[in-house]
Amino acid sequence: MQKMRNENFKKRLRAFSQKILSSKLAILSALLIFIALVCALFPGWLAPKDPYEQDLSRRLKPPVGFEGSAPGYYLGTDQLGRDILSRIILGARISLLISGVAVAVAASLGVAAGLLAGYYGRKTDLLIMRLIDIQLAFPVILMALAIVAAVGPSLFNLIVVMGISGWPRFARIVRASVLSVKEEGYVDAAHSIGASTYRVMIHHILLNCLSPLIVFATFELARMILLEATLSFLGLGVQPPTPTWGGMINEGKQYIYMSWAVSVIPGVVIALIILSFNMLGDELRDALDPHTERQVMRGFPTT
Amino acid sequence: MVTENRQENSELLKIRGLKTYFAASGGIARAVDDVSLTLRMGETLGVVGESGCGKSITALSIMRLIPQPPGRIVGGEIHLTGRGDLLSLPESDMRDIRGNEISMIFQEPMTSLNPVFQVGKQIAGPIMHHKKVSRKEAWERSVEMLAKVGIPSPEKRVKEYPHQMSGGMRQRVMIAMALSCNPKLMLADEPTTALDVTIQAQILALMNRLKEEFATSILLITHDLGVIAKMARNVCVMYAGSIVESTDVRSLFANPLHPYTRGLLGSIPRMSRAGGKKARLSTIKGIVPNLTHLPEGCRFSNRCMEVLDLCRKQQPPLATVSTGTGGDHLVRCWLAPAPSKELCDGGTSHSEK
Repeated sequence: MQKMRNENFKKRLRAFSQKILSSKLAILSALLIFIALVCALFPGWLAPKDPYEQDLSRRLKPPVGFEGSAPGYYLGTDQLGRDILSRIILGARISLLISGVAVAVAASLGVAAGLLAGYYGRKTDLLIMRLIDIQLAFPVILMALAIVAAVGPSLFNLIVVMGISGWPRFARIVRASVLSVKEEGYVDAAHSIGASTYRVMIHHILLNCLSPLIVFATFELARMILLEATLSFLGLGVQPPTPTWGGMINEGKQYIYMSWAVSVIPGVVIALIILSFNMLGDELRDALDPHTERQVMRGFPTT
Repeated sequence: MVTENRQENSELLKIRGLKTYFAASGGIARAVDDVSLTLRMGETLGVVGESGCGKSITALSIMRLIPQPPGRIVGGEIHLTGRGDLLSLPESDMRDIRGNEISMIFQEPMTSLNPVFQVGKQIAGPIMHHKKVSRKEAWERSVEMLAKVGIPSPEKRVKEYPHQMSGGMRQRVMIAMALSCNPKLMLADEPTTALDVTIQAQILALMNRLKEEFATSILLITHDLGVIAKMARNVCVMYAGSIVESTDVRSLFANPLHPYTRGLLGSIPRMSRAGGKKARLSTIKGIVPNLTHLPEGCRFSNRCMEVLDLCRKQQPPLATVSTGTGGDHLVRCWLAPAPSKELCDGGTSHSEK
C-alpha cells in the first residue's frame, strides 16, 4: 500500500520536476538561491577571511583584477579594511533569515485573516478588508520607519515590522481563492458528512488554495529581501558591525568616490538574488498552473 | 389497528409544515412553504418537480445546511426517530447526525470530491470522525465500501485521486462515502442527473441493492419520473415550494389527480405514439411563478388548463381523496374528488386518524 502511494507521489513529482527542469531560467535562479542558502547556512566554510577583522592599512581596496587590489581579497575591502566577499557571505545569513521569517509571519497572519474573511464573509469580511485597505494606504517604508523608530531597531523588531507589512497581500490572495473554492461541491459535501467548520476550512478550502500561495510567497521573499535592504540602508535594520547587504551599501555610500566596490557589490548581489526569486516564482507559477501546458506546446511543430 | 400501529412506529422522518424562505432582491422567496411528508423505515420516498420547486431546499433543510443568510428555516418541524425535532437541536448534535444518521448524495459527482485528497482518505475521514475508529480500520472500511459499490480492484482505487475516475465511478465513491457510517436515511439529490443513461441505470440499481443491504431509507429527489417509477414507493410532487400531490407510485402513474401531475406525465414522449398518428407532445404552458410574487390562490392557477374562479382566490388545502386503492392519496386541488370530505391542511392529520 505504502509502495503504491510512493509510486503515485513519485509520478507526480516527476511531472512537476520535468516542467521545472525544462526551463533553464528556473535552474539558473534555483542555483543562485541555493548558493545563497549555502552561504547563509555555512558562512564559516566559505568565507575566505574573518568578516569582522579590520585592518586600516588595507582599507578600500578594489576587487581582484583592478589596479591596486590586495591579494586574497577577491572583492576588495571596505572602509575598515574588512573583506567584502566574507561580509557578503555572512550577510546572506541575516538577509535570508530576516526575509524568510518575515514572509512566514506575513503568510500566517495573512492566511488566517484571508481564510476567515473569505469563509465567513459579511461583517468579518468587511472588517478585515477595511483593515487591509487602511494598512495599504500607508506606504510600507513609511510605516516600517515609524514603527522601527518608535520601538528601536533590532532583529526581532525588524522581523515583526516586515511581517506586519506583508500580511494584507497574503490575506487578499487567500480571500480571493477561498471565495471561489468555498462554492465547490466538495465543500457542501464535506458539511453534509458532518465535517466541522475548522476541518472544512483547513482541509477542504485552504489546501485547494495552496498553489497561488506558494507562488506568491516566492515573490514576497524577493520583496522582503529588498525591504530589509532598504531598512538597513536607512540605518533602521540590523545594526553594525553585523553585516547585511543593505547595511553594506549604506556604509559604502560615503566612500563611493574613493571605492565603488563597497556599495556596488552588495547592490549587485541583492539584484541577483531578487531576480532569481522572481524568475523562480514565474516558473513555479507556470509549473503549478494546469492551464499553462508548456510541455504540450513545445511538442507541436513550429510553422 | 395492529398494522396501523406498526406503521406508526416505523416512521423514520416526519416533516411537518416546513417553511424555508430566502431573502431575495425582490422580497422574500418562499422556496419551501408548508411542506409535510413522512418517510417510513426502509422506504424510498420520491420527491419530484421541476427546477426551483424546492426539492433540494427541502433536503438541505433536513440537513440544516441552508446557506444562512440569505436562507432561513422559518417554521415547521423535522422529526427524526430517536433524535426529536432536528430544527431545535444544537449545531454540534447536527454535526453528529450529518453523515452518521443522515447522509447526502449530490447531483454533481465531478465537483463533490475534494481534488487534493485520495478518495480513500475522503471516505475514511467521516468514518474516523463518527465511529471513533483508528485510521487503519477506517481505511480498511473504505476499501470494503468501494468494493460494495462495485468499484473493481478497490484496494488500488482507494489510493487514487478523484481526477483519475470517471463520473459514474465518482458517484459510486460518493455513495460509498454516504453509506460508510450506516446512516438511517440517505438524501439523494438528483443522484443520476449528471450521468449518462446506462450509468444511471447502474447507479439506481446499486442504490436499490445497497438500500436493502444497509437497511437504510432513501429520500430521492429527482425531476425524472422514470427514476421515480423505478425507485420509489411513495411520491410527493412539488410545485413552487409546496407539495401538490402525494401518493404511492402506482396511483400516481395510474390516476394522477392534480393538473400539474397530469401535465408532467403528459409531457413525457412516448415511443408508441411517434410511429402512428402525429400527435404533438403536450407541454405545460407558461413558466413557474416567481417565488417572491406567488399568485394569490392556487400556485398553479396561472398555468392550469382547468382553472376555476375559486383557484385564483384561495389556495386549496392538501386533502385526502379516497381512490379505492387503499393508500392515502393527497391532492392540493379544488377539482379533486373529495368524497371523504376530510380536509387535511398541510397533511397534519392524515396519519394520526
